Amino acid sequence: MLDRRTFVTGILSGYGLLAAGSASAGTLSGTSLSPSSDFSLTLAPIPVNFTGRPAFATAINGTVPGPTLSWQEGEDVTLRVTNHLIETSSIHWHGIILPTTMDGVPGLSFPGIPPGETFEYRFTVNQSGTYWYHSHSGYQEQTGLYGAIVVNPREGDPDGADRDHVILLSDWTDENPAAIYTRLKKMSHYYNFNERTAPDLYRQIRSEGPLATWQDRAMWNDMRMSDSDLADVTGYTYTYLMNGVSPASGWTGLCKAGERVKLRFINGSAMSIFDVRIPGLRMTVVAADGQDVEPVTVDEFRIGTAETYDVIVTPESDSAYTLFAQSLDRSGFARGTLTTSPELVAALPAMDPVPILGHEDMGMAHSAGGHAHEPVISAQQRHPHAHHHSALAPAGTAGLGSAAGIVHAATEYGPHVDMRTENPVSGIDDPGVGLREHGQRLGREVLRYSQLINRHPTADPRQPGREIQLHLTGNMNRYMWSFNGVKFADAEPLELQYGERVRIHLVNDTMMAHPIHLHGLWSELETGEPSRIPRKHTVLVQPGKTVSYLVSADALGRWAYHCHLQYHMLGMMREARVS
Amino acid sequence: MKPAAIANGYMAILATISPNLMAMGNDDPLMAKVIIERLEAGIDNRDIPQWLEVTGWAGYDLNKLWLKSSIERTDSETESGDIELLYGRAIAPYWDFQLGWKRDFQPTPTRDWLAIGFQGLAPYFFEVDSTLYLGSSNRSALEIEVEYELMLTQRWVLSPRTEILLNGQNDNRTATGSGLSSLEAGLRLRYEIRREFAPYLGIHWERAYGNTADLRQEEGEKTSEVHIVVGIRAWF
Ligand SMILES: [Cu+2]
Repeated sequence: MLDRRTFVTGILSGYGLLAAGSASAGTLSGTSLSPSSDFSLTLAPIPVNFTGRPAFATAINGTVPGPTLSWQEGEDVTLRVTNHLIETSSIHWHGIILPTTMDGVPGLSFPGIPPGETFEYRFTVNQSGTYWYHSHSGYQEQTGLYGAIVVNPREGDPDGADRDHVILLSDWTDENPAAIYTRLKKMSHYYNFNERTAPDLYRQIRSEGPLATWQDRAMWNDMRMSDSDLADVTGYTYTYLMNGVSPASGWTGLCKAGERVKLRFINGSAMSIFDVRIPGLRMTVVAADGQDVEPVTVDEFRIGTAETYDVIVTPESDSAYTLFAQSLDRSGFARGTLTTSPELVAALPAMDPVPILGHEDMGMAHSAGGHAHEPVISAQQRHPHAHHHSALAPAGTAGLGSAAGIVHAATEYGPHVDMRTENPVSGIDDPGVGLREHGQRLGREVLRYSQLINRHPTADPRQPGREIQLHLTGNMNRYMWSFNGVKFADAEPLELQYGERVRIHLVNDTMMAHPIHLHGLWSELETGEPSRIPRKHTVLVQPGKTVSYLVSADALGRWAYHCHLQYHMLGMMREARVS
Repeated sequence: MKPAAIANGYMAILATISPNLMAMGNDDPLMAKVIIERLEAGIDNRDIPQWLEVTGWAGYDLNKLWLKSSIERTDSETESGDIELLYGRAIAPYWDFQLGWKRDFQPTPTRDWLAIGFQGLAPYFFEVDSTLYLGSSNRSALEIEVEYELMLTQRWVLSPRTEILLNGQNDNRTATGSGLSSLEAGLRLRYEIRREFAPYLGIHWERAYGNTADLRQEEGEKTSEVHIVVGIRAWF
């Protein structure tokens, strides 16, 4: 049941924020409803102050983020969501496998929750781990409708953690999200203040000479693209939050020396990709998207929008550590402190240099690693009447990834698509732009998807019966996004047959990373170990790269399938229909 | 007023300005943009010549209605002015095809034209607006405008710009001659206080050629001028 005091405290902290701004911010976070199977969640606006200026957020039970929901694996949960906003709302349980009518996507699962009404979600929790929940209506997620879910496993914590902290990362703006979308349509680089300048050009000419500089710039100039196009919306408007606390205040989590502390990182942002590290502590990744993986110890990892990673850290005695999550474009960061004593202060690291996209990120790589593909063939050449969801015979063993040739659909040609990769390689072994040199230069080991191996055997050992190649497409300048050049509004559903095992081969024909989220079904990421294929709900597809995963279509219904970036998903979306 | 009431009021405003709140929303809502390309005055001259160049569009990702106008005034008199109404359709990732009507309302008599143009971003980031005009009595003209933006810093932008006008025929009554009629060039240094608003300082040069120059000379007008200009560039 909803604890009335929690509710009231939440409201008060909202006001506290409005008045004090920073000092009281910590009280807002860490709101948690006691483990239960019955929850009441109320969606309503609250005044907040994350930036020094008062603003309004959409909150769940009076807090941003909403309360952390603690569930028990195997139990039935009931969630009564009451909408006190003046617009239709919804809550989607991200990463939870449940009946389609409980998935909370307006238009697919149900009509949404009208203002003043309550919708009762009821389903059995058949999994454990770290997940999150958020609104699937309008831009409400951007304005605060999100929170963490922790599902306790039936047999206790498999990682032997002594302590647990949820680390929910998000991005806050005082701006109206609809205005952000409008700005991006009118000037797509509106928020990018890392653009290449004349002094940059001068420096390059001095170090490389005019000819080499000309050659290096030729591709960018020809394609009319920017090598600093890393994030559409940046720290220019965003304040990055950790558990709802701004970097000015900083969230604090306590632990004891020598404890095995589990940090449940959740990227609950609307548009941000974070690079996470804890200077002085190595992190052992034990779960990805809530699912157990073989422990792998790293110094840094990139977390795409909507992904989650559980890591185990072991702090030494009397020490404080900074949890540092810098945005991919280095325009800002979220931070917090993990400390054995509240009095201790940890040093704040500097942000890394701004990454610069290279030819590799444009799908022109001839780099080592990854699977080689056949040369690119346009759909007109191969299939004169190619349907925009090209279904092909599977190529490649389950778990090892697709070896199919890249086929650009006929629908990818036109004013709505500004780029098609020429020679994309698999991004499975690529830490991503800006992180590739960290191992060699800084001695930081960075997590790669290829290191994710399921701790449990592959549940469905079948080979895929067919393969669907889906291209992530867009026109950055016009700010249009689509799959295979066809936006959601114009697209037919992606038809999956109940019970089939299918491979989805994603080809990123843009120079941005897109976190692709499939509702209702697992995305079994082909990281190279057929007997231990890890399960994810959101897969970050690197710019100009490919990735493939297997899907067992074992849940009937209409499921949303989309890029999780808030301002991309309107176009880069499909209905995946299992029938 | 109670905070909850204020909050609800705020949300009500939010709802009216973000129409795509139902379901998953509309990726391509109707939008409009007004761009004041240059609103400037020559500060080195007693007459204080002034220029205004405005572009606006309303529409969707691939289909837009365009309105363009440019006006030049000297000594409180409108020397030249035109207005264009065009339908624009995206034909390539960086290019729109435009078709419509243009009226030159100054100098008189007014001239009406059918306008056929291509506007977009050429390789090497040159912003190009090129239009072919066809008028009555077999009149024709071609106008090409090219602009470049060199970022000196993230907010200081140096922008060279050139405009060339060619005419198919002599039109004595508007002092326009066939062939190359005029050439304009400018260099402006602006500071973007916000993306939407930038004051600038620049230099503007223009010159008439061929028959146009002769016709202007006959009317006692200058055929070449250069000015230091201050102005603002803004959009919303
Ligand atoms: Cu995207």
